[in-house]
Amino acid sequence: MKKTIKLILAVSVVVLVLSAFTTSNIATGDGYQIGAIAEDFSLKNIDGNMVSLSDYKDAKGFIITFTCNTCPYAVLYEDRIIALDKKYAPKGYPVIAIMPNDTNIKPDDGFEAMKQRAKEKGFTFPYLIDKNQTVFPKYGATKTPHIYILEKTNKGNVVKYIGAIDDNYKDANAVKTKYVEQAVDALLAGNEIKDKETKAIGCSIKVAKTK
Amino acid sequence: MHINLIIFRDMKFKILFIAFFLIVGCKNASKNETNAYENDLEIYNFDGIEKFLETKDGNIYVVNFWATWCAPCVKELPYFEKLYENYKGKQVEVILISLDFPHMYDSKLKPFIKENKLKAKVIALDDPDMNTWIPKVNTTWSGSIPATLIYKNDKKRFFEQSFTYSELETALTQFLN
Repeated sequence: MKKTIKLILAVSVVVLVLSAFTTSNIATGDGYQIGAIAEDFSLKNIDGNMVSLSDYKDAKGFIITFTCNTCPYAVLYEDRIIALDKKYAPKGYPVIAIMPNDTNIKPDDGFEAMKQRAKEKGFTFPYLIDKNQTVFPKYGATKTPHIYILEKTNKGNVVKYIGAIDDNYKDANAVKTKYVEQAVDALLAGNEIKDKETKAIGCSIKVAKTK
Repeated sequence: MHINLIIFRDMKFKILFIAFFLIVGCKNASKNETNAYENDLEIYNFDGIEKFLETKDGNIYVVNFWATWCAPCVKELPYFEKLYENYKGKQVEVILISLDFPHMYDSKLKPFIKENKLKAKVIALDDPDMNTWIPKVNTTWSGSIPATLIYKNDKKRFFEQSFTYSELETALTQFLN
């Protein structure tokens, strides 16, 4: 009798310990890994037109940038994103910016506010809204800014780089490694990308509460 | 007479002894109960922060990465304060690591700490080389905030998510004996 009680106790302890390790950690990024083929999308640009990757017949690839108006980190990088587009769009790697936040939670990321911000800053690239919040989860984007570099191949648009723009959000002049430039330069030269994945702080993407 | 004297001396010692412990005890208590809003802001680069992420002294550390400009962080901050209050003196330490920008320390962060009377320990992390330090906090962290690390000695759990109070308490419970 005593033995059975002991056994039941032991088993319940094991179950408790196991359940403690398996619950409650919410998975964040189940999206594209390096080497994945990114699906095309059709998202509304601030000019009212729908934009897809397939519209860019001459592109060699894309600098997909999840960004928004309201995240201070995203704002700190706006000028650098514009500079990236100016430098790399002519070389076949245009920037495509996507605003992933739910605009009910972040009204200042709303469509009109996006238009306004793009005008103020003179965005040279499309600024698309992921209105139904269906595109950023496929990428596995978790924050703004969050960069994905795609290379156009026969098989589709291959994810070649995921992460940060560079290694210093505070001061563009103090940057030591420009990760995105390094990656696109490597792709253009046909070389292996040195840092394929990098990390940076960003604002979590605000997901609609009904989901 | 002689015996009385011994008792008297003994009592004296006892009083001294008690007084000594009262003073030391008070000192310790007041040290533990210093509130963040009464202190100067401590600012570190990541090397300085690392000791807060690996103090192996048997206490449970709940370390939250936040910023005043991060709405979901500000929303969940009261839960970390509540956790701090509820588990004070129970070997649970709460550390709020602010990622506010340095030029906002005086204009935003310090006033925020004072206005909200934050009690849990607040420290500021100023280290722009994120790609180096983010994986050191946790290899799975993509870099979004809010993010929370809970650890006790070598046991660690990392959460890149927002918490409600009950979720936070549940996460903590897994570390309580």
